[in-house]
Amino acid sequence: MNRLANRLARRKFLGMAATAAVATNVPRPAVAAAGDTAAATFAPETPASARSRIQQRHLPNIPLVTHEGKEVRFYDDLVKGKVVTFNFFYALCGDVCPAVTANLAEVQKLLGDQVGREIFMYSFTLKPEADDVLAIQNYRDTFGAGPGWTFLTGKPDDIETLRRAIGFTNPNPVLDKDTTQHIGNVRYGNEALMLWAACPGMAKPSFIAESISWALRPDTNRVQPP
Amino acid sequence: MYYNVFGEKVSRARYKEMLVAAKNRRELIAAGLTSRRDLFKMGLLTAGGMLVAKTGLSSRAYGQTVNGGTNQMCLPNNQPASPPTRAFIEPLPVMPTAQTVRTLTPTPTLAPNTGAGEVRAASHQAPQIDSRRFPVVPRTLYQMNQHAISAIQSPDLPIQTIWGFDDGVHATSPGPTYFAHYGVPQLTRNINALPPASQNGGFGMPSVTTHLHNGHTPSESDGNPCDFYGIGNFCDQYYPNVLAGFNFDFMPNGDINESLSTLWYHDHRVDFTSQNTYKGLLGFYLLFNQFDTGNETTGFRLPSFPQFDIPLAFADKVYDPTTGLLAFDLFNLDGILGDKFLVNGKIQPFFNVQPRRYRFRLLDTGPSRFFQFFLTDLNNLGATNPFWVIANDGNLLPVPVQVQSVRIGVAERVDIVIDFSQFAGKTIYLENRLNQLNGQGPVDDFGPNGTSQECTQVLGTTTPSILAAGQGNLLLQFRVAGGTAVDNSLPPAQQKFYQLPSTDVEPRIVRTFKFDRLNGQWSINGQFMDCNTFRFTVQQNSVEDWILMNLSGDWTHPIHIHLEEHRILSRNRAAPPLAIENSRKDVTQLHPNERVRLFFRFRDWVGKYPIHCHNVVHEDHAMMALWHVLPTGDNVLVP
Repeated sequence: MNRLANRLARRKFLGMAATAAVATNVPRPAVAAAGDTAAATFAPETPASARSRIQQRHLPNIPLVTHEGKEVRFYDDLVKGKVVTFNFFYALCGDVCPAVTANLAEVQKLLGDQVGREIFMYSFTLKPEADDVLAIQNYRDTFGAGPGWTFLTGKPDDIETLRRAIGFTNPNPVLDKDTTQHIGNVRYGNEALMLWAACPGMAKPSFIAESISWALRPDTNRVQPP
Repeated sequence: MYYNVFGEKVSRARYKEMLVAAKNRRELIAAGLTSRRDLFKMGLLTAGGMLVAKTGLSSRAYGQTVNGGTNQMCLPNNQPASPPTRAFIEPLPVMPTAQTVRTLTPTPTLAPNTGAGEVRAASHQAPQIDSRRFPVVPRTLYQMNQHAISAIQSPDLPIQTIWGFDDGVHATSPGPTYFAHYGVPQLTRNINALPPASQNGGFGMPSVTTHLHNGHTPSESDGNPCDFYGIGNFCDQYYPNVLAGFNFDFMPNGDINESLSTLWYHDHRVDFTSQNTYKGLLGFYLLFNQFDTGNETTGFRLPSFPQFDIPLAFADKVYDPTTGLLAFDLFNLDGILGDKFLVNGKIQPFFNVQPRRYRFRLLDTGPSRFFQFFLTDLNNLGATNPFWVIANDGNLLPVPVQVQSVRIGVAERVDIVIDFSQFAGKTIYLENRLNQLNGQGPVDDFGPNGTSQECTQVLGTTTPSILAAGQGNLLLQFRVAGGTAVDNSLPPAQQKFYQLPSTDVEPRIVRTFKFDRLNGQWSINGQFMDCNTFRFTVQQNSVEDWILMNLSGDWTHPIHIHLEEHRILSRNRAAPPLAIENSRKDVTQLHPNERVRLFFRFRDWVGKYPIHCHNVVHEDHAMMALWHVLPTGDNVLVP
């Protein structure tokens, strides 16, 4: 704790509050060439390290179970190198999940055989204690999901870690605990290219499908004629 | 049974967290850091009172707070912890004036030159209206390559690779400042020369569309979010620099009272606007005319450009503690607050000024923070140091308004005049004193003495909505030279600018827009953004009133509408309380539970345009709707 306290004190002095250092006319110091001292203190960055930092923060390699009962690792097996979509549901969910899931079934039809080949869709249960493999398989069948769209469950702690890591949380902790308030967005991304975005799960399926295709092909040109 | 301070039952695990948090706080207090706010500011406390792990940069606090309450604006984000940087050791960058080019190859064409790689939705409208005044190839041409550049944002951080604009002479972020003049049309060829996505360093989409914010611009040159182009392609954008009404009720030159002055340009690519603007794709565009001349001996006699007329782009950003590089929270849906404050691309710079009047054009580039600017003398904290607001969202006010402070949200601009003669020989600061704890909006000020009633209750300590002098964010240090200086500008107290166009006109239609949030999705009238859906059609050359209602709880949204300025007729059925809102604007802050009524004249151009929230994180998720202007409008009251 003492080391931390010293570090905190030093940071405060170094100007985050910036009052003491400028009380009088401080002679302007020679500007250090950027990278001199900086290079010594900071880890160098490459495209690979940028990608792995996203993985460390947001794409944990937690274990999950698919609707076919197969055990998988989130990052290694589901996400790495792929164009993906994420959303959440639970079997007994009232309005939002069925609407979003039905929407995504339309999206899958529009994307055709790209799903399972270049685009991989994943839906995670918010209630893993209740939704076992059979439950999520039944839920999936209800909506006519095709191959390439996987439904997943897992251990409650792992699912919670995942939910927080990929940003499906409400900043209000009370609402966050309420599963009926859960985030209805669909996150999509191209993991290798570090392109991540999200669209509302209740947007039109044609727009969701189009947005996902932009992650697959970021060089798309698009105009909307008047 | 375990309980929190509000008497709510909590789990045993939560209770243990509370004990740990209390212990951490005691130790930090013992180390001399007394205020919870200091700790939040330094990025050391989560909402649950837990110390942030040294390398934590997620916007989500793990193991959330046990405080009850539903007031989200009061709950601090897991504050990021950028590496320390020294303040006021680097001079303020002043962006160069954009350089024109003699020719463009291939020559610009009326219709999009798709064969050469141009991506544009339609032929240019202006030359079709009057090809003499608006030739297909105007004399004033720009070529802007958008590409990666190296930037020193602080000497205590490594060189940053960001994205900027290159006019052929200077490559900067913020980009070169356009010096534009009414009556002089221009064309900019924007070229996507960005690196491939795999080299984006963790965020940024190399697919762009550049919007001239505030411009009375034909739709095909407006930079619509859903018209975008990839690497190697370009778009010719025609800026007629003509006043609204020029082709309708104020022919031939338009209504002088619709003059615009401070505009900005930025990327507007749908779903990736926040990442791309954060990464540097923005700049200023300044419009001058026979009154706002840029020469303080003529016209309105405003301080001369460029020496005494300085655009200032404010941004708050986060830097990864391990690498020292610019970081963007990709998985954030609510709004991002940074802990490093940049002006014109430099963290906390200083600026040498002469002891005379200066005009500053303040712009909040976001991503989410609201700023309330004060002038602070650290040797005299009790003093109020007033200054003058002369323009709101680039619109010169009827008369300047003297203020003690001014608040803006993302994309809003204010032009201010500061007279430094009273501070000759001293050092003075531009300080942000607005208390904001997360990306949703500033804390309210409904409590006594300018405190936040709700946040005081939720956090358990008196929470001011405006921080005390010196306790906010010191953004920019002014070093005022001693003695006296020649100043040929007029004192603001003696200035008058334009008249406000009349709003005493019956609208053709009154439309209502309800902004809401359900299950983390932003909706307008219950529907979501769609590039292929146009929600309503405005009739060209008509007047409309729009009612905006914020049903989304504790969120404040800066709402922006393209193409035309508007007037705020009322906030909650009363005249807007702030004197500076007696103005034309193009971004209006919509506060929690508020209902505002806006007045529009839609003139001259046809085509598609958006309405959207300019908290760019909300915009990307997807608080936006598209509409049309066409010769015949529709009657959809709730689009």
